[in-house]
Amino acid sequence: MSSAPTPTTPARRAGTLVHPGVLRTEIRLFRREPGALFWIVCFPALLLAILGSIPSFREHDEALGGLRLVDTYVPVTVLLGMILGGLQAMPQVLTGYRERGILRRMSTTPVRPAALLLAHMVVFAGAALVSALLALLLGRLAFGVRLPAQGFGYALALLLAVAAALALGSLVSALTPTSRIAGAVGSAVLFPMMFCAGLWVPVQSMPDLLARIVGWTPFGAAAQALNGAAAGHWPGWSHLGVLAAWTVLLTAGAARWFRWE
Amino acid sequence: MSPTSAGPIVEVSGLYKSYGGRTVVDGVSFTVEEGEIFGVLGPNGAGKTTTVECVEGLRTPDAGRVRVAGLDPVAEHDRVTRVLGVQLQQSELQAKLTVREALELYASFAPHPADWRPLAERLGLDSRLGTRFAKLSGGQKQRLFIALALIGDPRVVVLDELTTGLDPRARRDTWQLIEDVRASGVTVLLVTHFMEEAQRLCDRIAVIDKGRLAALDTPQGLIRRSAGATVLSFTPSAPLDEDALAALPGLASVTHKDGRLTLSGTDETVDAVLTLLARRRVTAHQLRVTDATLDDAFLDLTETSTP
Ligand SMILES: Nc1ncnc2c1ncn2[C@@H]1O[C@H](COP(=O)(O)OP(=O)(O)OP(=O)(O)O)[C@@H](O)[C@H]1O
Ligand SMILES: [Mg+2]
Repeated sequence: MSSAPTPTTPARRAGTLVHPGVLRTEIRLFRREPGALFWIVCFPALLLAILGSIPSFREHDEALGGLRLVDTYVPVTVLLGMILGGLQAMPQVLTGYRERGILRRMSTTPVRPAALLLAHMVVFAGAALVSALLALLLGRLAFGVRLPAQGFGYALALLLAVAAALALGSLVSALTPTSRIAGAVGSAVLFPMMFCAGLWVPVQSMPDLLARIVGWTPFGAAAQALNGAAAGHWPGWSHLGVLAAWTVLLTAGAARWFRWE
Repeated sequence: MSPTSAGPIVEVSGLYKSYGGRTVVDGVSFTVEEGEIFGVLGPNGAGKTTTVECVEGLRTPDAGRVRVAGLDPVAEHDRVTRVLGVQLQQSELQAKLTVREALELYASFAPHPADWRPLAERLGLDSRLGTRFAKLSGGQKQRLFIALALIGDPRVVVLDELTTGLDPRARRDTWQLIEDVRASGVTVLLVTHFMEEAQRLCDRIAVIDKGRLAALDTPQGLIRRSAGATVLSFTPSAPLDEDALAALPGLASVTHKDGRLTLSGTDETVDAVLTLLARRRVTAHQLRVTDATLDDAFLDLTETSTP
């Protein structure tokens, strides 16, 4: 927590959408939220550590094409942080900013209230990416899980998944009048999303039909794209397409229904 | 931007706003000159906040024309935010944002921010700089919002219930601050429920009642205009008959209490009472003649039933 005084620099341009001061503030505020920090950044890696310490998770399985269970859980934990944050932390914050008149207060200044929403989303996306990186590194260092063979495809799928999580969280915020309702709606959507990402049964172990259905959901598609890239193929345009389509759809919904007050 | 030096800096004409078919601002018009402190008074629910939030561009009028420094607050919102400082009747900041961070952040929004340190000091916030917003007392939050309204060094500042929640000393300090701000050329649009505040600060006052402009005058003008501008009270040595009292010119009200008589009316009423007393050879013990206050004028101008 830094309390070092920052120089008061005038805003650079008119009606700014991206404002460095707002971004810096949101980073500070995020660091003051131990709950969000734990669930988004630390919990996924912690879960991977616990699962990986179970001996049976480290045995190669013919049914998984020679992979170990811990290998299949790396993409799941890579996605877990953004799902938790996107559905539990972000919508409550954004809805709270509206509910408590913070956006309204900001709209009387030359900086648009959208800058605040945007800054929070950037912070959240950064945290989700750190969380994903932590899970990847932990898998590599502690359990010898190979880093994704198709790195570029993996990164692309990861970024698209973060975008989808942002869009989903924004839509929840747009549709809920109070942060308490945002929390409740977020939780209700959270479990199916975590299921689709493979938290209970990794997508590789799902029955064929279920895997195909799950592939149509944002995080099911993300999991399959990550799996493909981890194994060294290009993630597959169908999965990336499903992810992108969801992102566009959810973003359009959020933009359509979001209220500033 | 073309800062119009001629003409009013705030212009509201024929403003209408309704919610769900209920008209809450009903044809309000007024102008505020540059460098003026202009007060808006009225009962709860009269439409004061709605009116000033139309000036701020936070609400869109149903009809009428609003201009701030020649700009339309809705269509040219971005440019209006550069000349306008705002303290809302109700708002919050992020719970874990400290006072210093809030001041620095809002200063960074303005094209030519004021130095926040002296401002924080004058508002008694200098000892609370490290405190998070959620941990501030109600009055401290209010002071912070006053600071945020002034921090952008605005040409016009709109203060909705400036000193609500402030202790008497803080209230007086804030009045002095507003007077100093005005002395530096800033125009102030002030919504208040405190008559003392309005009487001390405002050059002119608009009284709004049920969405309509009930009066617009200087504080003295409003008092003079009210029916009982002068109040006369005394304990007569012998009772005076009702008919003689009722016949007094310009009389607005008569009350008897514990043998004491209180009359309100005009200067003419006072003269007539003195003549009457002399003629009846009645002595007026503990005679007091006072001007009515803005309070009296306010009650007189606004109807008793509030929506
Ligand atoms: N957003 C809104 N939706 C519906 N009705 C509203 C809205 N804002 C204000 N009103 C109504 O308009 C009327 C005027 O409200 P306003 O807030 O302007 O009053 P005010 O004069 O500022 O009162 P107070 O002294 O209590 O602050 C009230 O009856 C209120 O219920
Ligand atoms: Mg009000």
